Amino acid sequence: MRTKKKNERIGAALFMLPSFAGMIVFSLLPILISIVISLTDWNGLEKLDFSAIAGSFVGFKNYAEILGGGEFWSVLGHTLYFIILYIPLVFLASLLIAEILFKAKKGAGAFRVIYYIPVLTSWVAASLIWKWVLSPQYGVVNQILAAIGIAGPNWLTDELWAMPAIVLASVWKDMGFYGLFLLSGLNGIDNTYYEAARIDGAGKIKLFFSITLPLLSPSLFFCLIMSLINAFQLFPQVMIMTGGGPNGATQVMVERIYTYGFSYFKMGYASAYSWLLFILIFILTLVQLKGQKAWVHYES
Amino acid sequence: MKKNVVSRILALGLTAVMTVGLAACGGGSSAQSTAAQSTAAAGTASVSEVSEASSAAASVSDKSAESAAESTSSEPVEISYCNFNASGGNEEILNKMYEAFHKENPNITVNIETIGYDDYFTQMQTRVAGGTAPDCYELNIENFASYSNKGVLAPITGIDTANINETALKAFQVKGTQYGLPGDFSNVVLIYNKDLFDKAGVSYPTNDWTWDDAIAAAKKIRALGDDYWGIFAPTTYNEFFKEAAQYGGSLLNEDKTEFTINTDANKKAAEMMIGKVTDSHVQPSETDLAGMGDSDLFESGRLGMVVTGIWMFSTFKDACSFQWDCAVEPGGTEKATHFFSNALVINASADADKQAAAATWINWLASSDESAKMRIEASWNLPAINNQDILSAYLEQTPPDNRQAVFDSLDYLVTPPIIEDYSQMSDIINGKLGEAASGKITPDEALEQAQKECTEKITLK
Repeated sequence: MRTKKKNERIGAALFMLPSFAGMIVFSLLPILISIVISLTDWNGLEKLDFSAIAGSFVGFKNYAEILGGGEFWSVLGHTLYFIILYIPLVFLASLLIAEILFKAKKGAGAFRVIYYIPVLTSWVAASLIWKWVLSPQYGVVNQILAAIGIAGPNWLTDELWAMPAIVLASVWKDMGFYGLFLLSGLNGIDNTYYEAARIDGAGKIKLFFSITLPLLSPSLFFCLIMSLINAFQLFPQVMIMTGGGPNGATQVMVERIYTYGFSYFKMGYASAYSWLLFILIFILTLVQLKGQKAWVHYES
Repeated sequence: MKKNVVSRILALGLTAVMTVGLAACGGGSSAQSTAAQSTAAAGTASVSEVSEASSAAASVSDKSAESAAESTSSEPVEISYCNFNASGGNEEILNKMYEAFHKENPNITVNIETIGYDDYFTQMQTRVAGGTAPDCYELNIENFASYSNKGVLAPITGIDTANINETALKAFQVKGTQYGLPGDFSNVVLIYNKDLFDKAGVSYPTNDWTWDDAIAAAKKIRALGDDYWGIFAPTTYNEFFKEAAQYGGSLLNEDKTEFTINTDANKKAAEMMIGKVTDSHVQPSETDLAGMGDSDLFESGRLGMVVTGIWMFSTFKDACSFQWDCAVEPGGTEKATHFFSNALVINASADADKQAAAATWINWLASSDESAKMRIEASWNLPAINNQDILSAYLEQTPPDNRQAVFDSLDYLVTPPIIEDYSQMSDIINGKLGEAASGKITPDEALEQAQKECTEKITLK
């Protein structure tokens, strides 16, 4: 009997080996190497062998420089600004979509597809189109605003409105993704809860806040973690729509990592930056995981 | 008990690897698609590398004793060449040039790869670091300095560069050794709307104009109405180092060991450059432009003068419904004009025979009569050659009538102050100038802050 289970395990391991091998070579190994690079001054251009690493080893100098300089903190500020605007909006939008699709009788299938299409588009294509949509002179957004008598701002070239513009595009792109998650969460709520509450005379609002939200909290929690991790890694929209401008108003963590690594030939510095980002996201996720006891209700 | 431990370890390992995979996915599909593009590009490169490796293996043993100068022998060589200049419409001409080259040198086969400018440098950096760079490729001025300083370029020897313009050649010399050849050159002139000048009753710009003359004319054109603008010259770093030279200033000292950004001459230049926007309002700000490009504004007939590159000639020819012409751009206390050139470089880790073949190819591309003629006929920038007869064909094309200004500008040319950390320096100065142009800080403050930041962040060797 033991031998049979052992054989099963070996068989299972062999089947998983190709997939593991790919992940190790293309994901795990580069990640470990980047730790080493972050301790060097490597410029990203010269061949990376042991002598190059030994020659450019600087210990924790990159980390000290990053944390000691003002740029890291202002860039972190921009990233947090994005997150503070983005997370509530995307949750609101996804909840709305989930509720609509949940209650819809006819045409639900078609709407599900329509809301999900933005999720499937590439960020590069979406950013290019949003750049045009937000054009101060020719863009659709400002023309619609003009039709109702509002003079639209210069969006991507206005320091105040550049980040909100990126938030807008990001919410548009992601709300289908989280909406579908929340929809399945809504579908998982037992109808008996609602029936019991209606018998007790609860109105729609009470139903929503006392039954729907608490029982949806596991899905909400998952969406929160995913959207936070993604929001910290904000990149393609910034690179294409504003390039970090205007006047550095939309410089975020990954944009800085890319610029230092590929424009300034400071790959060691960029690696250190990305590991600091990792630590940040890691700590935040841990905090969320600990904090879920307060508000996430799992059905026992 | 044992079973639990093993399955726990497996489970942990699986979760770890899967989270890593998820994190990579979470990075967004565009990261993957650009990664896919660069892997595809690297893939095509490595395919040709494999075929080259087998032919190189055969010829290396013969050639190991030969010097680079001697190996223009009849042994067939296959090299790879990568560029960005041909992308966006000139691929055919580059191919025609190669066919002409191959007729003269049938033993050299060049596999040409053209990649768009935006993606070019990221993928090139990755390829060089990974050892799969092409035998020869193209670099713009900023990246040329970085690449040459890091020892990844081969010195170019064994070819005759007599045809090539001296100044252009010097731009790609580092400490006396030639590391690149100027593939072409282009420069910047003052292009003006003759109809608007007539309307405002101002006489046309001449080659002797100073900025005072230009701004006076701009004011008269601006006075034609709110919709009209007098002049547009960018308020970016690229424009600034030139205008600083026009007032006798420069961003670095003679031997490039110190930043000299906050000198009085530079401040004068910055005040003039930004004052057009913030003080006399003859130049539209970013807000005024509201997303419109400066060339679009000129084409709409509402801009009196624009300082822009000669590459706009063919666009303006088609798009402008008014009379226009060009002149050497205005000077300050002296004249200084732009000079843009892209370097053709050779990979330092390529085999000796490939390096020799590459040197022959890029020399032909940069300076042969045939390639120069083809380039001028196709209006694909200008060849950096000395042969005035071929260059004169350029003068015969109109508009603009005063094409001679393009060559007159060469008398005053300045090249960008190349240092190793060029990108970082230009980004810092660009950022500060942008803040000044939007009125947040004064031009003087911008230069002071730029000086401070550059000295802190960049070490000059």
